[in-house]
Amino acid sequence: MQSKEYVRPMPATWWLHNIHLKLFMIRELTSLFVAGYAVFLLVLISHGDDLKTFTDTLLCPTAIIFQLIALPFVVFHSVTWFNLTPKAIVLFRGEERVSPRVIAGTHYFLWAVISLLILIVVL
Amino acid sequence: MDKTITLEVFRYLPDQENQPRFQSYAVPYREDWVVLDALNYIKDYLDGTLSFRWSCRMGVCGSCGMMVNGDPKLTCAAFLKDYYPNPIRVEPLTNFPVIRDLVINFDDFLHKLKEIKAWLIPKEEKPVSTGEYLQTPAQLAQYKQYSMCINCMLCYAACPVYGLEPKFLGPAAIALGQRYNLDSRDGAKDQRADFISSSEGIWECTFIGECTRVCPKHVDPAGAIQQAKVINTQEWWLSFLMPWGKRGTHAK
Amino acid sequence: MSKSNEPFLWSLFGAGGMVAALFMPICILITAILAPLGLLPPGNLFALFGKLLVRLFLFVLIALSLFHWAHRFRFTLVDLGLKKAKTPIALVCYASALAGTLLTAVFLFGLWS
Repeated sequence: MQSKEYVRPMPATWWLHNIHLKLFMIRELTSLFVAGYAVFLLVLISHGDDLKTFTDTLLCPTAIIFQLIALPFVVFHSVTWFNLTPKAIVLFRGEERVSPRVIAGTHYFLWAVISLLILIVVL
Repeated sequence: MDKTITLEVFRYLPDQENQPRFQSYAVPYREDWVVLDALNYIKDYLDGTLSFRWSCRMGVCGSCGMMVNGDPKLTCAAFLKDYYPNPIRVEPLTNFPVIRDLVINFDDFLHKLKEIKAWLIPKEEKPVSTGEYLQTPAQLAQYKQYSMCINCMLCYAACPVYGLEPKFLGPAAIALGQRYNLDSRDGAKDQRADFISSSEGIWECTFIGECTRVCPKHVDPAGAIQQAKVINTQEWWLSFLMPWGKRGTHAK
Repeated sequence: MSKSNEPFLWSLFGAGGMVAALFMPICILITAILAPLGLLPPGNLFALFGKLLVRLFLFVLIALSLFHWAHRFRFTLVDLGLKKAKTPIALVCYASALAGTLLTAVFLFGLWS
């Protein structure tokens, strides 16, 4: 005689179950801030033909507040992204796997160099 | 007076009740006991009706996986002293139907192992007289980590994507597919490709990473899946840019 | 199971994620902190837009960031329970990213020579 199996439903709040899942959800939601800043840049460049409206958009207080909120999330995106690169970039030297620290570290180094170069160009 | 610790154990007796419930048991607290020892104490001395799977009690057979305080664990590797003096909640592995008490139905996982052809399929059949397959340490290193899987299914219990979509191939099946695809003796990458690179294969995964966190053998199935995504993407672009070549996976 | 075209979309997601990770924080620092604090005259930034290389950079940054969002957000909505609507959600997300990309191209390459 086949007895009835019990199927446990999956709660909609599954991502609140532990800290790792909460951090995962925050990581995924950083994409909203990435897109948000991209849209801000889009609006900014739409005024690329008029210095006045360009400056007004650039210095608009709402825009600044949004960006200041977005900045930690975008940085969180960068950090989680670079930390995950060793999972996708698998390199072997003979029997030895190239250390995940080297892979991630190279990205952090690139990040620093690129940021510095952009600052130099802009200032 | 000996110390005791409380276990709150999920009970489901389909012949008697429609709904599951929790039953509390007070078991002796011993420094070197694991949750499996406590469960066996319950079965031997307190309640012989409790059903659960176990075998080697040393973390190599993969039989004793259960949820311990909401986290998938091998109960032979979960020490009471890490929870004492608080009660320990023991439940069957999440995302699987419960047959009885702590025993799950894992037919779905076995089905997926078959789908992914989780065994060695040599490039060509060689008679034994031709000798062994030769493999260098470097070739072994390519897949060794993924060969450590003991099929304990903790990763399936931990994976929210599998919970939301039971058709998802899942961490262990994909990692094992990779284990054989990356094995220099194997020649069945094309046969596995349809399942691995389908939308219920690697592309369902959103890289939550819980599978890797809970794996007791450090297989890193999340890593195997991301590796597979990279490989599959490279092949996709090659067949897109050079469709004339019969490049491996998607020749049909 | 049919051959999935997800690899193409994942490529866009990956490229966008990498570009956003490397370039976006410093850009935000510039537009949200340096400019408002007066450490960088807006005219400087405005002048930079004249350069083709800068326009190409901004196009890549904006377009890929939008596709990164589209891909990630579409899966997030499914993860949050909207599995039944997963195809329309995907279409809306990618269409929005495409629309943003086209607008960006128009502003960057259409308005001036």
